[in-house]
Amino acid sequence: MHDLLYFCQQLINGLTIGSAYALIAIGYTMVYGIIGMINFAHGEIYMIGAYTALIAITGLAALGIAWLPIVLLVALICAVIVSSSMGWAVERVAYRPVRGRHRLIPLISAIGMSIFLQNYVHLAQGSRNIGFPALIEGGLRLGGDERFQLSISWIQITIFITTFICMSALSLFISRSRLGRACRAVSQDLGMANLLGIDTNRIISATFVIGAALAAVAGLLLGMYYGSVDPLFGFVAGLKAFTAAVLGGIGSIPGAMLGGLILGIAEAMTSGYLSGEYKDVISFSLLILILLFRPTGLLGKPEVEKI
Amino acid sequence: MLVLEDVYTHYGKIEALHGVSVEVRAGEIVALIGANGAGKTTLLMTVCGNPQASSGRILLEGRDITRRPTAEIMRSGISIVPEGRRVFPGLTVEENLYMGGFFNERADNERGIGRVYELFPRLKERGHQRAGTMSGGEQQMLAIGRALMSKPRLMILDEPSLGLAPLVIRQIFEIIAQLRDDGITVFLVEQNAHQALHLADRGYVLETGRVRLQDTGLNLLANPDVQNAYLGG
Repeated sequence: MHDLLYFCQQLINGLTIGSAYALIAIGYTMVYGIIGMINFAHGEIYMIGAYTALIAITGLAALGIAWLPIVLLVALICAVIVSSSMGWAVERVAYRPVRGRHRLIPLISAIGMSIFLQNYVHLAQGSRNIGFPALIEGGLRLGGDERFQLSISWIQITIFITTFICMSALSLFISRSRLGRACRAVSQDLGMANLLGIDTNRIISATFVIGAALAAVAGLLLGMYYGSVDPLFGFVAGLKAFTAAVLGGIGSIPGAMLGGLILGIAEAMTSGYLSGEYKDVISFSLLILILLFRPTGLLGKPEVEKI
Repeated sequence: MLVLEDVYTHYGKIEALHGVSVEVRAGEIVALIGANGAGKTTLLMTVCGNPQASSGRILLEGRDITRRPTAEIMRSGISIVPEGRRVFPGLTVEENLYMGGFFNERADNERGIGRVYELFPRLKERGHQRAGTMSGGEQQMLAIGRALMSKPRLMILDEPSLGLAPLVIRQIFEIIAQLRDDGITVFLVEQNAHQALHLADRGYVLETGRVRLQDTGLNLLANPDVQNAYLGG
């Protein structure tokens, strides 16, 4: 009985962190799907989202506004606006001028952008970690006895629900809307979309903005979940989300969702049954294994194409 | 409709077109024939602004489009059926058609799709199938249908018969003739010189980046040089 509860507890923890990874992974996978590059500054976009949310929350507290829905909404909007603008600007400044060159050049540019943003936040906000107020406290306790109880915190539930809403909205947008259809077309044949009169630069910008907005949502959620942020906040999370994207099949949006969940669960199980120290080992071993044995990822597959 | 005046095009340092002048008049079918590597595709792509001409002028309905970006050119009454068809393989037939009419009103798109399905009943049966899973002939029909969606006044076709079965080729050429009857000007590149010149009002022969000959389609068919070089003697 206890074993089962303990397993369920790890599963819930895994799904929580996994759904946040998935939100970040979307940004990697969409950008890769369209221009075939890994945006290594994406983790920093997420970190900036978390800092912006924290600044907004602190500002509201200073103004004496404490009503939770308003605080969350304002923090969310600020984080999304700032991160999206950053995502847009990073593409314009660091990637567009080198697009179409050798693959290594945008990659180096991305790493440079990542280092720049990280150090910018170091200078602007200091390198200590800063406490992130736990706005959503408490939770549910289910079953068991005094030895072990299953606990689900409200923040975990919030992370689930928010991720679910974001993913559903994104799926609808990609599969049904005119712009979403254009995103898919551009990712399949950018040159042809251009020959249909579509301004592909705008579609590429839109991709960066959408990915950054989702990362900002994850930044706010995980900031509250972990309870602190620092300038390296985005580094590990970025690597993990990148791993999730590769695991699911880079370029595939459902793949990023699946990869995030699998990675989160794998980490939680490792922490729960082995040791927390090993969870990164497991994540990156998964990355190496998938690259060795199924480089297209779980859901990534070569396009069916007849000539 | 379309005028190229002394157009030069370079790929890096390599000059692919050496001063080409071509005119396509409204309501005509003009065929461009030539051997592989003569620069036919380069010429069509230069009209689309990708690559841009390094000198000379390109006029579309009297407007200079030489230095305009591709996306803008392709929104001004011109559409292309590119070499290799290039349908979006992961999009359904209907989604491909919607992409062709990206800048249309919704009602226009519904009418346009209805019209494409009339021309190609096969596409209607396949409306919700992914384009990448269709046969080459069906993909070619879709590429033409997609190009029709933007209601072009000039349609450019690059090797529409390439790799298709003879029966399908005949059908494609019938459709091209019908396009002209519907008032669409057609600029056609073909390695299938015989059928192209039969259909065309006028033709140009391109050789290593230069226009060698120009005449009516029938005169070119009768020309001994053309017969030897492109019609198998």
